[in-house]
Amino acid sequence: MKSRWQILIVDDEEVMAESLAAWLREDGYSVDTAPSGRAAVARTRETDYAIYFVDLKMPGGMDGIETMMEIRRLRPDASVIIITAYATVDTAITAMKEGAQEYIVKPCNPEEISLLVDRIIKVKNLQLENQMLRKRLTGQYEYRDIVTKNSKMRAILELVRDVASLRSTVLVRGASGTGKELIARAIHYSGDRAAAPFIAVSCASLAETLLESELFGYEKGAFTGAGAQTKGKFELADGGTIFLDEIGDISAKLQADLLRVLQERRFYRLGGTTEIQVDARVIAATNKDLAEEVREGRFRDDLYYRLNVIEINIPPLCQRRDDIPHLARHFVARLSSEIGKEVDGIGEDALKVLLDYDWPGNIRELENAIERAIVTSRSRVLCAEDFSFLDSIMRARANTALPPIPLQDLEKLAIEAALGRTQGNIKEAATALGIDRSTLYEKIKRYNIERS
Amino acid sequence: MKLACIVSVGFVEEAILSEAQMVIERSYGFEVELLPARPSSATAFDASRGQWSAVELMKDLVRNRPPMAKRILGLTSDDLFIPMLSFLYGQAQLGGAAALVSTARLRQEFYGLPSNTDLLTKRVRKEILHEMGHTMGLVHCPDHTCAMCLSTNLEQVDMKRDIYCRPCSLSVDARLNSLLNDAE
Repeated sequence: MKSRWQILIVDDEEVMAESLAAWLREDGYSVDTAPSGRAAVARTRETDYAIYFVDLKMPGGMDGIETMMEIRRLRPDASVIIITAYATVDTAITAMKEGAQEYIVKPCNPEEISLLVDRIIKVKNLQLENQMLRKRLTGQYEYRDIVTKNSKMRAILELVRDVASLRSTVLVRGASGTGKELIARAIHYSGDRAAAPFIAVSCASLAETLLESELFGYEKGAFTGAGAQTKGKFELADGGTIFLDEIGDISAKLQADLLRVLQERRFYRLGGTTEIQVDARVIAATNKDLAEEVREGRFRDDLYYRLNVIEINIPPLCQRRDDIPHLARHFVARLSSEIGKEVDGIGEDALKVLLDYDWPGNIRELENAIERAIVTSRSRVLCAEDFSFLDSIMRARANTALPPIPLQDLEKLAIEAALGRTQGNIKEAATALGIDRSTLYEKIKRYNIERS
Repeated sequence: MKLACIVSVGFVEEAILSEAQMVIERSYGFEVELLPARPSSATAFDASRGQWSAVELMKDLVRNRPPMAKRILGLTSDDLFIPMLSFLYGQAQLGGAAALVSTARLRQEFYGLPSNTDLLTKRVRKEILHEMGHTMGLVHCPDHTCAMCLSTNLEQVDMKRDIYCRPCSLSVDARLNSLLNDAE
């Protein structure tokens, strides 16, 4: 997908910059122009361009080489192509020495530029894929990897960065599918524990006794089947972070055990007599209202206060709708290459559908919807039609969410809606309702419905 | 209603112009009007390169588009350039109204070979579809046989077919629908 790569053309001659930009845009790249070295540096601070075309000779105190040096200082991964009208060996050597990827003389053959850009982008795609695969493999997501432009989420990411290197316990709250584990991983991999393990445990998926042995480990013979001494997740996370997902679902006994670990940083393996000391940072997550659970007596208040040293509340997707286009494009880019289908983007009509939908399943649901749309789409840009399945999901939900209501009232509502939609046209309304006209007249009279 | 106009910039053979008209009518369903020929603009000529500026000719096309025409296609025998590139087969406003195709480098004679009218017509058809595709917002297609594939040499032009691949064709249809709805 080319549109993910941004190109900046730096030239004081507007015609030269704009015409090259237009030519590259036809190739699918996102291209900006800058009239001077200083303007280019200012744009570089805001945007991460993959390729720069920089004219060697520019007035205004900053020539092409100086501009390139500044760009490379700010964006070491960017590829800079120096353009010149008059090639000399000296300038070519200087440009290459200072880190130019290429040095081209204008005017040049379209094939040359096309091959050059393709070659650079091919390498960048491979680098990105490698980075993505490595992250996927190790789950090493930092706060920079979280896709958001929403102000609430930005504040959360700042908090993530601030608390990353502390040892304090963090409680991440948010509905299912909002990305609680991603935030936990971001805290871990942005801090000074990044090199140590991040161990995730889903507390809801295991029975009480199993969870206990899973967390604290066991000695040989502690229970039937305990054939060898085994370390628990707390020990494995020593020096790193343990992520306890669905913490609101643990039993009273485990709550007490956990409180002891949090207070004293030590525990016993099941069936063990030696106290084990660990330095594991605890990040807990829940989709429940723990304060409410405490009030109801289902969760220990002392454990709640221990866990809730730093609280992060992730808003549901319906409260950060401004992120939907951004997230959608991100998923299209990632999933299209994973699925291996040539889908370059998402159309405005499709984005409108996504913005109008409620997303009760949050980001996970959005990701799944985009995957489904990519798989079934027949064009290179996802359109509203590719997301038509959301409509039936929404209707099914609306039906199941309907409160008990007398059938007569329901019938009246349906007739009023049909008349409203057809602007009082009896024939059309009767067809839409699947009844004949005389029946409709009779019902209008019975329910005393106004026809206008 | 005339939805597209074709104008020759300088001399262009009548056969090429009527071929262009047929391609646009057939592929886009537009009603096409042939406008009176315009002379090659003197300001567009660059004496040092012996070529015509595509930027200037495009400006001229945009200025002279009849208000009712959704698209204007300029055809020229002049050899085109932009400052950064040594030549262009054509140019278009991406998602815009104007497109320009040059026949200069599509002719066998340009390379010292005997003229071949059939081959020239075929190449012109492909380049018209290509540039008109850009006006529909399409970018280059990775399918080497699709008219929207980038060609930087004649082998690539000849490798393409004078039709869009299925995904490009669907995109063109979608844009056409919204364009025709707007026109109603």
